[in-house]
Amino acid sequence: MSLTTATIPVEAAAVHMDDVAYHYPDGHQALRGVDLTIEAGERVALLGPNGAGKTTLILHLNGILSPTAGAIHIGGLPVTKPNLKEIRRRVGVVFQDPDDQLFMPTVRDDVAFGPANLGLSGTVLDERVHAALGAVGMEHAGDRPPHHLSFGQRRRIALATVLAMDPQILVLDEPTSNLDPAARRDLADILTTLPVTVVIATHDLPYALELCPRTVILNDGAIVADGPTPEILGDAELMATNRLELPYGFHPTHT
Amino acid sequence: MSGGHGHAHGLYRPGHSLVHRLRPDAKVAATLAFVLAVVATPRTAFLAFAVDAALVAVVARTAAVPLPVLGRRLVIEAPFVAFAVFLPLVGEAPHTDVLGLSLSVPGLWAAWNILVKGTLGVSATILLASTTTVSELLCGLDRLRVPRAFTAIAGFMVRYVEVITGEARRMRIARLSRGYDPRWIWQGRALASSAGTLFIRAYERGERIHLAMLSRGFAGHLPPAAHDRADRREWLVAALVPAVAAAATLTAWIHA
Repeated sequence: MSLTTATIPVEAAAVHMDDVAYHYPDGHQALRGVDLTIEAGERVALLGPNGAGKTTLILHLNGILSPTAGAIHIGGLPVTKPNLKEIRRRVGVVFQDPDDQLFMPTVRDDVAFGPANLGLSGTVLDERVHAALGAVGMEHAGDRPPHHLSFGQRRRIALATVLAMDPQILVLDEPTSNLDPAARRDLADILTTLPVTVVIATHDLPYALELCPRTVILNDGAIVADGPTPEILGDAELMATNRLELPYGFHPTHT
Repeated sequence: MSGGHGHAHGLYRPGHSLVHRLRPDAKVAATLAFVLAVVATPRTAFLAFAVDAALVAVVARTAAVPLPVLGRRLVIEAPFVAFAVFLPLVGEAPHTDVLGLSLSVPGLWAAWNILVKGTLGVSATILLASTTTVSELLCGLDRLRVPRAFTAIAGFMVRYVEVITGEARRMRIARLSRGYDPRWIWQGRALASSAGTLFIRAYERGERIHLAMLSRGFAGHLPPAAHDRADRREWLVAALVPAVAAAATLTAWIHA
């Protein structure tokens, strides 16, 4: 996939969140002053217990939710209403449940949905769809209805629907949940070859260690740790206070 | 979430026949025209109905849909047939005696009218559904300028009906696993709250789908379907069947 580079100034961070706070309409405070900068090309794991605000943070990155306080910039561009179309082109979000994401009658139509919204049509659109399906190894599935595919295949198609929009930042919410080990491996192989900034919200700590050099821990709506993944996963006290736990027998420093 | 394999193909029978290959817009239009021709046939025109039945048989043969399969699928017609059977018993005079039963002659004609036109019309739509996938059908309707809102709603329904029934099935299994075995009406409370929960979940899923669509730049309009239109040759081939049926109907009217 080709990347559009002309629109971003070199020095602008891929993601810049400045003291971002958000409370839901019912008053629940989901984010309390999040400061986060992610440089272009980084792969960052977003860890934290259930209800820490990971999904809320993700929905801020592409402007689905607007912060009640603070500001967010994506590649230097502020996330505001007039910029939403460009923001959503730059930030591709792969949601946790592929059934939420795939809704068109065929896989090809679904992958074409995003780029068509960006105004592409004809052979340009076809090429985008083909390239995106190729990137996830699902070229043969174009004519099939999404609900006839296996869960792992649907997760890959969900990734393709986002890749087809040629994003600069790829955000994945729990990408390995419910995947068998082989599908989990396939997804890792795809993610490591993509030349984009990647943010992965996950409970799968070995996966975070493998894919993401940097880890951010979110707890109760605030960032409580930010650093190299092996260091963070090796800090037993930090892990325990944030309800994080390595799989039995797994040592982050021995791999 | 379970995979949901196979059973969702519905009425579609995969194949490569001429009927399968015709573009959906021509097929939908031809089916509609055929049904209109059948409905417009005077009920006394037995020959015209025989022609229509022969057309159905020829198309079924071409599409490799066995007649027993067609017959089984015609069961959907049953409620109308039941109604038709009822008519001769309650119709007006004059009456005629059949096997000791006094049957109304206008009632018999009305029953025959419902039965023959219903059967032919349902057969035609069964053949359409057997040779056209749901997504092709939606695309065909789109090409025939049915408003996008309608085809989009139908498309969403087809896409998610399985997800929701799957959710309902898992909730039922979970209820049964906890020893729920309702026998009396006052035990239906769990069932009612399950239905409520299912509604809320479907609603919330709808919201999540909308979010996922917004994330991909959705601005209120679905992109047009990316399939080819039927060309003139295909329209001509598709028009053959309703043309013959219409000719039979016209002939019947002229001779009536």
